[in-house]
Amino acid sequence: MAREKLITENLNSDGVDRRGFLKCMAWAGTGAYCVLSGGVLKSYALGDSMLGGMRKMKGELAFVQISDSHIGFDKAANPDVTATLRQAIAKINALPTPPAFVLHTGDLSQISKPAQFDTLDQTLEDLRTEKIFYVPGEHDVLDDGGGKMYLDRYGKGTMGTGWYSFDKAGAHFIGLVNVVNFKAGGLGRLGHEQIEWLEKDVQHLKSSTPIVVFAHIPLWSVYPDWGWATGDSEQALGYLKRFGSVTVLNGHIHQTMKKVEGNVTFHTAMSTAFPMASPGQGPGPGPIKVPADKLRSVLGVTDVNFIRGRHTLGITDSPLDSSM
Amino acid sequence: MKFISKSLVSFVLLVASVALAGGPVWARNMAGSSMPMHGKSMFGDATPKTPSKAYNIEIKDFAFTPKTITVPVGAKITWVNKDEEPHTVVSTTDVFRSRPLDTDEQFSFIFAKPGTYEYFCSVHPRMVATVVVGGSAKKHPVKMGTMN
Repeated sequence: MAREKLITENLNSDGVDRRGFLKCMAWAGTGAYCVLSGGVLKSYALGDSMLGGMRKMKGELAFVQISDSHIGFDKAANPDVTATLRQAIAKINALPTPPAFVLHTGDLSQISKPAQFDTLDQTLEDLRTEKIFYVPGEHDVLDDGGGKMYLDRYGKGTMGTGWYSFDKAGAHFIGLVNVVNFKAGGLGRLGHEQIEWLEKDVQHLKSSTPIVVFAHIPLWSVYPDWGWATGDSEQALGYLKRFGSVTVLNGHIHQTMKKVEGNVTFHTAMSTAFPMASPGQGPGPGPIKVPADKLRSVLGVTDVNFIRGRHTLGITDSPLDSSM
Repeated sequence: MKFISKSLVSFVLLVASVALAGGPVWARNMAGSSMPMHGKSMFGDATPKTPSKAYNIEIKDFAFTPKTITVPVGAKITWVNKDEEPHTVVSTTDVFRSRPLDTDEQFSFIFAKPGTYEYFCSVHPRMVATVVVGGSAKKHPVKMGTMN
């Protein structure tokens, strides 16, 4: 089954039931509804039983994550990334529980051109949600100003290179930027200023406050050889250790992966544009071409349900060609 | 932090033609001046009178090839991106810096002073490589200024 290629390995000994993990991930390509609770993972197939599961998980807050739209990309892996973004939007608009807001975890554009951001903005006009929150990907900060264009368009009111936080339904959301000021040979980078801000941002919060962190590059080491990690994330995550529930949502790697480490659940989303190879398979983290009729099964959206009291997030990865 | 509203930008530019047309190639000298050249000049009229001083580095599969190149003083090196991902060519000491190179776009730089120049792709910082000018193994000690 092709989808199983998206599952690579359980990189750390993390207490997740591996059979359950694999079962869920195998379904990710055809649509799965995943609930993580205390390190135990439950998954539901799409369809009637899936919808039943969704009702069960309905809580105070449901939101959706999209990622890696790469507007402007037109190579063989997906000649029409705007069309697949529109499909992702249609899928979100059809969700039984409308999302309170949408997170876009970066790589909005392919190469930071104004026209690419314009197309993204216009396409997202059709998205039926109250707000869209953004963090930049490394493709969004390629302008001469090193990210000034992104900040002018999407980062008003944010700190530094575009980081910020907000509270919603009792949970604390933190958008981080780990794609600027890369050093030669290095990985994703938050920087001292942002990490210090994070420490202050969470110090007043009760440890029972659910935390949701979103950033483009994974904050856990998925595959450092391909830059799929953030070099200074450990210190940042250290400030979140005292919290009972921390969920980290990332993009960048164009495929779903999950990991649980203590109270922290890491999750990466599919791209709305094109898939990438599994870690270490092939020469590098570039687009991979799949047969045209398979493309929409490797692109998708992630929706997240937050249930107050249980401190768990139900995370569903849903490919564009499923009937959710 | 206020919620960020959806942008109301309501017009579309011709994305494909603007974004993906081959951009100019910038050939720069050590003083920082820049001179636009047409992309097709790389294998043709780039330096026809001194062909031995023109060198090419291919950017492919997330690597600079050759990873280390040794050239004489005055050599012109042209990088061309053969990946479907954008890459940049950025000196670690700000001696040279390309714009983002989309597929088949290229960047040239003339190395007028001997030294060892390390550079990387600022989009994919694991991509690092070295230019040695004049056969010297000594690292280039002087910051030459940023070129944009």
